[in-house]
Amino acid sequence: MTIDAARGGASGALRRRGRALLASQEQIVLAITLSLIVIFSFALSGFATIDNFLNLLRSISILGILGLGLGMIVISRGIDLSEVAIMAGSWSIALIEMQNGMSVPLAIGVALLVALLIGCFNGFMVAFVEAPPLFVTLASAFVIYGAAFWFAPAWVVYAPKDSSVLTFLGAGRLFGVPMPILVFLFCALAMHLFMSQTSIGRFIYAQGDNPEAARLTGVALRPLMVLEYSIVALLAWVAGWVWVGTTGSMQMAIAQGTMIFDVILVVVLGGISLVGGRGSVFSVVVGCMLIGILLNAFTIMDVNSEVQNIVKGVVLLAAIVLDNFLHPRDEETARQGD
Amino acid sequence: MSLTTFDGFGASVRRFSPRLLLSELMMKQWFEPVIPFFVMIGLWIGFSFAINDYASSINALSMLRLFAEFGFVALAMAFSLITGGIDLSVGAIFAFCNFAALYFVLVAELPVPLVILATLATGAVLGGINGFLIGVLKARPFLTTLVTLIILRATVNLLNTYYAQTFAINSTDSDAWDYIGSGAPLGIPLNAATLLVVLFVGHIFLSRSRYGWHLTAIGASRKAARHAGIRVRTMLFFTYVLSGVLCAAGGLFYAARQASTDSTTGVGWEFQALTAVVLGGVSLAGGKGTVWRAMIGALIVFTLTNGLVRMGIPGYVTSALIGMLLLAAVGIDVKWSKNRGKAIQKTYVNPARVALAAAPSVAAKSASPFAQNDRLLHADAIGLDQVEGPEDVILDRQDRVYGSTRDGNIIRFSGPDLKTREVFAHIGGRPLGMQFDRDENLIVAVAGMGVYGITPAGKSYKITDETNRTWYKLNDDSRLRMADDLDIAPDGKIYFSDCTTRYEMTTNTLDILEARPNGRLVCYDPATKTTRTVINHFYFPNGICVSHDGRSVLIASTSLCKVFRHWIEGPNKGRTEVLIDKLPGNPDNINRASDGTYWLALVGIRTPTFDLSMRNPGFRLRMVKQVPADEWLAPGLNHGCVLKFNEAGEPLESFWDPTGISHSTLTSMREHKGYLYLGGLENNRIGRVRLDGVDETWTGFDAYWGSKRRDRS
Repeated sequence: MTIDAARGGASGALRRRGRALLASQEQIVLAITLSLIVIFSFALSGFATIDNFLNLLRSISILGILGLGLGMIVISRGIDLSEVAIMAGSWSIALIEMQNGMSVPLAIGVALLVALLIGCFNGFMVAFVEAPPLFVTLASAFVIYGAAFWFAPAWVVYAPKDSSVLTFLGAGRLFGVPMPILVFLFCALAMHLFMSQTSIGRFIYAQGDNPEAARLTGVALRPLMVLEYSIVALLAWVAGWVWVGTTGSMQMAIAQGTMIFDVILVVVLGGISLVGGRGSVFSVVVGCMLIGILLNAFTIMDVNSEVQNIVKGVVLLAAIVLDNFLHPRDEETARQGD
Repeated sequence: MSLTTFDGFGASVRRFSPRLLLSELMMKQWFEPVIPFFVMIGLWIGFSFAINDYASSINALSMLRLFAEFGFVALAMAFSLITGGIDLSVGAIFAFCNFAALYFVLVAELPVPLVILATLATGAVLGGINGFLIGVLKARPFLTTLVTLIILRATVNLLNTYYAQTFAINSTDSDAWDYIGSGAPLGIPLNAATLLVVLFVGHIFLSRSRYGWHLTAIGASRKAARHAGIRVRTMLFFTYVLSGVLCAAGGLFYAARQASTDSTTGVGWEFQALTAVVLGGVSLAGGKGTVWRAMIGALIVFTLTNGLVRMGIPGYVTSALIGMLLLAAVGIDVKWSKNRGKAIQKTYVNPARVALAAAPSVAAKSASPFAQNDRLLHADAIGLDQVEGPEDVILDRQDRVYGSTRDGNIIRFSGPDLKTREVFAHIGGRPLGMQFDRDENLIVAVAGMGVYGITPAGKSYKITDETNRTWYKLNDDSRLRMADDLDIAPDGKIYFSDCTTRYEMTTNTLDILEARPNGRLVCYDPATKTTRTVINHFYFPNGICVSHDGRSVLIASTSLCKVFRHWIEGPNKGRTEVLIDKLPGNPDNINRASDGTYWLALVGIRTPTFDLSMRNPGFRLRMVKQVPADEWLAPGLNHGCVLKFNEAGEPLESFWDPTGISHSTLTSMREHKGYLYLGGLENNRIGRVRLDGVDETWTGFDAYWGSKRRDRS
């Protein structure tokens, strides 16, 4: 007994020291990002220009907005694989309604409503039916895909050209800075304040750390979960708005594609551990930076998208294994099925 | 035979209860896949009406050929789910192996057996990567396999574009290769036939082999499996290898059949396979599932997608439909695994109506033979506070007293005044009725264990613990649940009561409250060493006594408050009749008396309220559900009563302890050399009262095996 305790204490101390040595995952990622910027600035022509940096930031802002939502849900020990599908589904329905003559603000409201409904449904399935979030959101992604196609039977739904309300967030500029970047920064700030300054935000951390303890402390877990999944849907809606403004259309194909894995990559890479309760908005931002730079470099180097997928996959795998190494699961308390 | 016997009982015909059927069905493991099975049949019938020529053997065979590859992939998914993990890369491994097989045939131009081996090896390696990450590095299965899915899929797409032209130009004329693609031994497509064989092997592996059990154990509780010494990491590694090999088998057949590869091969199959196996009843939580369940689910999903495509329904509808199916299946799976036990518990007790015969009066100083008196009030106490609930007492030829106690012991008192206490034998369980056989072995009915014997030296041995199973009962009733009392016929056969097949020693009160014929009379024949049920469906059979002439067995029914006679010899052999119709209480053990009559213990005394509640099953159901167990209505237990009745079933006299201080809940009594020894379920002593005017040399052993036998006279 005493021997075991001593050993546990020793390994715990070792782990703490290891963690101190390794700094935090965010700092590592930040360091890698900065060094990559330096390397690419020298290696790739056309990388180190203001235009390219703004372009780079703009290209990752949608990913970043989605990452903020997913990051929060991962901190709460959940996951939402349907986030991209919510974005695509709600906005393709809204755009088809616009084509059918609905006023733009109303259609934007419809998109919000659809997104929130789906978010509430996901939350309900996870909180009240107690189904594992991975399966619930995986399945609902397929349902959303099929149902959205039912309403808007086209792979690409185009937005009306003349609506400045619709395109401002995606295509507009404020003080010369593209709006998507500002939207991302605004969302990041709001999310940061929410997670660090409000009691609900702290409850989300508490839930991610130890749901059972949070429940016993008096946190109303089930309504909280519904709220979390609704916030994810809300951010998906915002990201969709930016997407529609940037591209002038909504592509259903992304609901079935690998975009959601980019979002997971951003989140996990930045140091939001899948065990929950760890990481912050800053993690999403640095994760985003790294992925943005990689994607930008891929684009400049004209790398095949399949090769990009392979590279991103390997990086994600490495991140998961690293996460596992930094936050090992305790065999005695690990739960089944995650 | 049991039913005809039962008609003889007249009023007591076993009633059908839908609730009871439901609760018994829910306990069955096979009941869960029954629903998906009927869904599958329903789908098939539905599409037969919607699609022309659907219900033909040609269509069935061609669909089997299309299905088999998906079947392999679903099986791979099932294995990973059973270990508590998941393998989302099954579709990608399948596609990769499809490409690999084509490469080996068309580009490397290997001979067919080598192609098969190389493809399966490819699958094993790919599965091994998952296995390494999940088993050895302990990464999370869902995300890990999701990422390997992306990587493999991208790799296959790259390779496809690179080799598309080569594949289009090259072709093979190998007959063996064509046979894999289109062969049909015995008319069954080769891939389906192989799948069937793999299913059989997989079933044996999963349900009968050590490693299959290890897999299931890990899925059920990883922690417990680790504590039990199962090598969790190695087993997980090999599970994903197995999953990879199964996908490779699917890919191989697909390659041989289609001879093409493109970016849509196996896309979304992981999702379909997941839906399929969860729908079939393989639990997401792990540790539960069979290969057949996986196949039922796979057939449902396949029939659905295939049928919808043939009806011209667009793919996105199918996709949404499968998503909804998965949502529903996951929801039901979670809720059902959480609440199954509760549902069974809530429906398990199903009281029935029993109209008891009017209770005879027990008023003191009346002329009734049941009239209360205080003849047991001052019984001598043997082993006061040294025995815990001696349900039965018996004496041997050396006048030593034995009691069967709650702690699983047989306690023996000997010496002058029976002061010396010793544990004669420890059997375990709850020893109840006892009897000496011809060789002075003590035969004991042990609740929870069966029938055991103890040699005069105190060594115990098993006689029997199971009987024949009733073929039409859902509940497996082959195990002896609660052997209660026994007696031995002159030919050595042991007749014993198994008072309930639905409850245990600790819950047998519920059986009396349920008042259904759940018990049985069982006979063990030492000549053939076989155990057979003699009377099935008996209302709580308790005391058993072979009559003095050895031609019949007397059976006390505790819940019906009657004593029955079952003939084992003579012209009436096999028939059962009521011997005592009206008793003032719930009868327990029956034993022989020295004058050719019988002793009968009443464990409880009937009260009008309890009799009324027996006619109101709804009342008893609510009572059991809503009131704590110690508040339940019960017969009067604060009395001790022993009766004497003759061969015709007429009560002669009674012995009472009206206070219940010395002897309440009397369950047994033995006459021995002019004394009556008393045992009770809740007593802290063995009692002894002097009997007047009886044969003072009479002993139980002599009445069975010695000079006092009456069956030869």
